[in-house]
Amino acid sequence: MKFEHPAGLNPIDRLTVVGRPVDRIDGPLKTTGTALYAHERHDVAPNQAYGVVVGAAIARGRVETIDVRAARAAPGVLAVVTTLDVPRLGRGRMNYAYLFGGAEIQHYHQAIAVVVAETFEQARAAAALIRADYTPEQGRFDLAAEAGHAPLHGDGDEPVHRVGDFETAFAAAPVTLDRTYTTPDQSHVMIEPHATVAVWDGDRLTLWTSNQMIAWSKKAVADILGMPAEKVRVVSPYVGGGFGGKLFVRADAVLAALGAKAAGRPVRVALTRPLVINNTTHRPATIQRIRIGAERDGRITAIAHESTSGNLPDGSPETAVAQTKLLYAGAARMIAMRLARLDLPEGNAMRAPGEAPGMMALEIAIDEMAEALGLDPVEFRIRNDTQVDPAHPGRPFSYRDLVGCLRLGAERFGWSARDPKPASVRDGRWLIGLGVAAGFRNNLLTKSSARVELDRHGVVTVSTDMTDIGTGSYTIIAQTAAEMLGVGLEKVVVRLGDSDFPASAGSGGQWGANNATAGVYAACVRLRDAVARKLGLNATDIDFADGEVMSGDRRVPLGEAAGEGLSAEDGIEYGSLAKDYQQSTFAGHFVEVAVDAHTGETRLRRMLAVCSAGRILNPKSARSQVIGAMTMGAGAALMEKLSVDTRRGFFVNHDLAGYEVPVHADIPHQEVIFLDEADPISSPMKAKGVGELGLCGVGAAIANAIYNATGVRVRDYPITLDTYLDRLPRPA
Amino acid sequence: MNVTLTVNGETRSAEVPPETTLLVFLREYLNLTGAKTGCDIGDCGACTVILDGKAVNACLMLAAQADGRDVITIEGLATREGLHPLQKVFEETGALQCGFCGPGVILSAKALLDENPAPSKQEIRNALAGNLCRCTGYVKMIDGIQEVAETMRSVPTPALPAASKGEQKHG
Repeated sequence: MKFEHPAGLNPIDRLTVVGRPVDRIDGPLKTTGTALYAHERHDVAPNQAYGVVVGAAIARGRVETIDVRAARAAPGVLAVVTTLDVPRLGRGRMNYAYLFGGAEIQHYHQAIAVVVAETFEQARAAAALIRADYTPEQGRFDLAAEAGHAPLHGDGDEPVHRVGDFETAFAAAPVTLDRTYTTPDQSHVMIEPHATVAVWDGDRLTLWTSNQMIAWSKKAVADILGMPAEKVRVVSPYVGGGFGGKLFVRADAVLAALGAKAAGRPVRVALTRPLVINNTTHRPATIQRIRIGAERDGRITAIAHESTSGNLPDGSPETAVAQTKLLYAGAARMIAMRLARLDLPEGNAMRAPGEAPGMMALEIAIDEMAEALGLDPVEFRIRNDTQVDPAHPGRPFSYRDLVGCLRLGAERFGWSARDPKPASVRDGRWLIGLGVAAGFRNNLLTKSSARVELDRHGVVTVSTDMTDIGTGSYTIIAQTAAEMLGVGLEKVVVRLGDSDFPASAGSGGQWGANNATAGVYAACVRLRDAVARKLGLNATDIDFADGEVMSGDRRVPLGEAAGEGLSAEDGIEYGSLAKDYQQSTFAGHFVEVAVDAHTGETRLRRMLAVCSAGRILNPKSARSQVIGAMTMGAGAALMEKLSVDTRRGFFVNHDLAGYEVPVHADIPHQEVIFLDEADPISSPMKAKGVGELGLCGVGAAIANAIYNATGVRVRDYPITLDTYLDRLPRPA
Repeated sequence: MNVTLTVNGETRSAEVPPETTLLVFLREYLNLTGAKTGCDIGDCGACTVILDGKAVNACLMLAAQADGRDVITIEGLATREGLHPLQKVFEETGALQCGFCGPGVILSAKALLDENPAPSKQEIRNALAGNLCRCTGYVKMIDGIQEVAETMRSVPTPALPAASKGEQKHG
């Protein structure tokens, strides 16, 4: 189905199942521990052996020799494969680091060997016996040191995005801001590490793995291993979190495959947590300079956002400037990115790549600018709202209610009680502050397919390679099929995460919900047509409800209509609506913090997000997505940072004791409000994404609240107390 | 070496190498994979099980240390009558998303409620301090656990067969 015009009325608009806060259909499996994740697929093949990955001990250079004699002789060892045994393998289309093969080491903990043994303990013990000799080379590991000479890296055709004459407008502006902000390298910290069971059947390879993007990964496995894609099957029905860290196949998948080949047995490999951090991908650090010029009435006249990040050769920048093209009005604009060559592990997508760190910076700058103008920061944002793409005024937003988010949020949060003068509210030993930030993340459209089958019992089975990484895909897909075919959820079976199923949008970029359900919608339309044809009815005047097909006075139970079974496959593809309209999602984030006047300890007290994100397909699972994202935003603001050893070139705090994420005691009251809306330009579902929106802006709202509480402006994340303790006001 | 313990009310035993952790014993030898491997060094709590009434990280304990003792895993929580109230509330409130941390969180919560049937929010937060969740944050879990505590207090009799069984054994 080609989606080329804004959606009119369709069966989804009945909202008898879609839009309801139904429980996750995978809930019982997950609360009873019976949902099977990759590392526990005992069921898929007997006689599984265990593989343990050995990572490089240098960050850059060559591995000259690898002595595996002791490892091979160790008890239980079945096979050892080293990176010197194979030529450099291919790599996935969207990756910059090679996963295995050859002597060159591109980054610390790049895999150099896999040891396969009868038990995990034997494999681990033997792995410790491997000795590698390296010729190290000097690498570049310090972003701050490289930033000064990092070249421009354009986004598309233009090296620098310009609208109007920024420099002149900025020089002429009566009120200006010129500040630099930094965000650190971050780790996804999905609780399930990357894991794979690999099984060869002749020249056919099946990987039971933990992956967000099945079709991408099937192709990547074929490219890496140099085999035809049709010989590769990737299966990933349950994923223990991803956040972008499982968009791509990683060393666990490749080395399980090579280990299984060498051992002649199915092999299971999981990455240890240190390998997750240094062997896989991370969100790259940024240095962001923001300049804003405004009239005294608060209208922005000039805005510039420049960001520098680093990556391996061939790598891409963290696109932290993206939202600044679109979020606020302003006639003169300049947007640029610089990319430094670094020899750290590969920087790549983590939840809301670009916008997450970009909003952390931009939304502090907006707060600072509001203060300079003497304007309330909510009002300043509202005053600079735009309903069109500022670079192309003829291109409107498909739907944008940032103003509504901010207004409702301010009302619900009690914003009017905020004292704009910093450090003026006390509660005993605590300094109290309120902060606000806008949230913004684009809505991306990508094709997605599904197969829908109807059996003689009226049971509907949906199959698609879409993944559920915790997001609720199983449930919203079931809701979509139930709505389209007029059956209860108990009549719908959803099968996900298998490359044998039609290719979907996959889970990433908060595009999964809208696109995958739109693909299911398309397949259901085709199935409705097939039912109509079979019954000799006109597809345009039949209805599906209560388990029956209805046309005039005629009512046929769906199972009866199916006969021996009907099947339909289709997908959604998009025309030019994404070009004609800017499609984005919006939020207002409000935070209250308390900062200990004596110790500087920051405690969150309340968080509120008001979201404008199209139709909410399931308010319960959407709320969970946003609350989880707000929690991740709290981590980004207050604690999360991969510390770089700039001499040796690796992330030092490579475990969950050293890389801190929020725990129960860090998180107070959180609330989410979804504005009641539908965006007919996004898809037939009229939905957009929420999973990343909930993160974008949260960190800045916290930073702004800390400023309001203390009068101390911190522009470098994370805002740990050592960054501001010596600047706190003297306790009265 | 032989390790024999009571798991979810049943005697289970296996021959394992002495370096086998309780987590590997449960997952690889008994095929009870509800307890998860998230970090393998006691940081994340995904491997939490209840040992003689206390929540423990199964990754930090050798199977041999659990020999002769009583273990409850997530697989032992539901009964023929249905899900444990904690399982039900986690399902209904949407306290889980990817589900990987869930078994550990639910078992930490059960160990808490068995010991303290009326915990405050802060007590719940402290009891669950060792369980990381990256998808859902924590407010839904805390609310859900408090709701279960209230319900269980208002229903006097054995809404909790698994708990009462456990108490008999190590009481």
